[in-house]
Amino acid sequence: MIEVHGLAKRFSGIDVLRGIDLSVSRGEVVAIIGPSGSGKTTLLRCLNWLEVPSAGTIRIGATEIDAGIQAPRQKARIRQLRLRAAFVFQNFNLFPHMTALENVIEGPVVVKRERRDQARARGLALLARVGLAGREDVYPQRLSGGQQQRVAIARALAMEPEVILFDEPTSALDPELVGEVLAVIRDLAREQRTMVIVTHEMGFARDVADRTIFIDGGVIVEQGPSAALFAAPREERTRRFLRKFLS
Amino acid sequence: MIGADLQLVWESAPFLLRGALYTIGLSVSSMALGLILGFGIALARLSGIRPLVLLARIYVSFIRGTPLLVQLFIIYYGLPEIGIRLGPIPSALIGFTLSVAGYNSEILRGAIAAVDRGQWEASAVIGMTWTQAMRRVIMPQAARTALPPLANSFIALVKDTSLAATIQVPELFREAQLITARTFEIFAMYIAAAVIYWVLSSFLAIGQHVLEARVNRHVAVLRA
Repeated sequence: MIEVHGLAKRFSGIDVLRGIDLSVSRGEVVAIIGPSGSGKTTLLRCLNWLEVPSAGTIRIGATEIDAGIQAPRQKARIRQLRLRAAFVFQNFNLFPHMTALENVIEGPVVVKRERRDQARARGLALLARVGLAGREDVYPQRLSGGQQQRVAIARALAMEPEVILFDEPTSALDPELVGEVLAVIRDLAREQRTMVIVTHEMGFARDVADRTIFIDGGVIVEQGPSAALFAAPREERTRRFLRKFLS
Repeated sequence: MIGADLQLVWESAPFLLRGALYTIGLSVSSMALGLILGFGIALARLSGIRPLVLLARIYVSFIRGTPLLVQLFIIYYGLPEIGIRLGPIPSALIGFTLSVAGYNSEILRGAIAAVDRGQWEASAVIGMTWTQAMRRVIMPQAARTALPPLANSFIALVKDTSLAATIQVPELFREAQLITARTFEIFAMYIAAAVIYWVLSSFLAIGQHVLEARVNRHVAVLRA
């Protein structure tokens, strides 16, 4: 479902990613963990071209993009890639001037030209699914962080993507609100959705992700089935990182 | 005495109101065109394309750095020397549009730039094109920031149109001048003109409040 080859990203002379190869199969849930500054968020943002990679190719579904071609010359393909891979932001980025429901149906109606009444019906169902039935007419400012992030997840689902990318979806939340968001993501994992989740929630990664990838210094240091990686990391860097979280 | 003044103002009312129509027409069309042109200049400034940015900056600097009266004289009295002859009204329309566009562009540029980068990204990840993002997500939010200064710019424009009197446009101030020249009723006539300007500006201020309430709908609940 996702195929990444030789992905590299340089930011003003600093190598943030140095040659990442990654493949994710259909229905797989992959967690990406690593210290801050390791490049894990940059990797995720490169996957749907929010960050333009310096080199490498990315394929999601049937859309492949080569960083060798300048972004302005493949706009249409980048949009196609983004329709295949929905993105959930750390700080939600809901549209503040739209209600919860309007946020959810904006993409379907404006981008996919879905009929408004049909989009509304789907949107209401999606909001109910993330536990926000009855809150459809509320503006984001009136919602808690956890509720806002669940609207953002509904907005992502409304596009019927093949893949969902989560960028530290609970990092901006008060501790007591983390659980409700993780529960929604856990439900999605049960449905065998293809997901890539950058997270600091180690317990969540271990329990929910089929595979966990540890990134440090812009390279994949170690990866494997989550249970194995957390129970018995092979690399010293992984061990050191995990020890900090366990203590 | 006062009675005679009022009598005169009353008799001159049709002339003053006709002038006011010119004032309104000139203000509204210059503002509308100035918004479109100003938006274009704001986009040029934000484009990141060096020559465009530079051009836009020079334009705004010139408009802001020179008196509107001088700009009008250049267009109406200056251009004929190089073979471009424009009537009073086209000259005024062009002059006011070019001027208000310069101020509007700065307002719009600031308002667009103030919208959080995350909003562009959120639009992009649901597959929006630049135009869709601009229309559906960025401008509605930028409008909140831009509306009060744009209203100021509009009100200033209404008052500035009195400068068109100097290039023969029969707007409100010019009408008042013509009447005073005929009747020597200076004080009452200019007070009458001032009151009409004031009324026009007040209508704009009311319009501003209505529009602000509209674009602030999503935060209004919090203030209550």
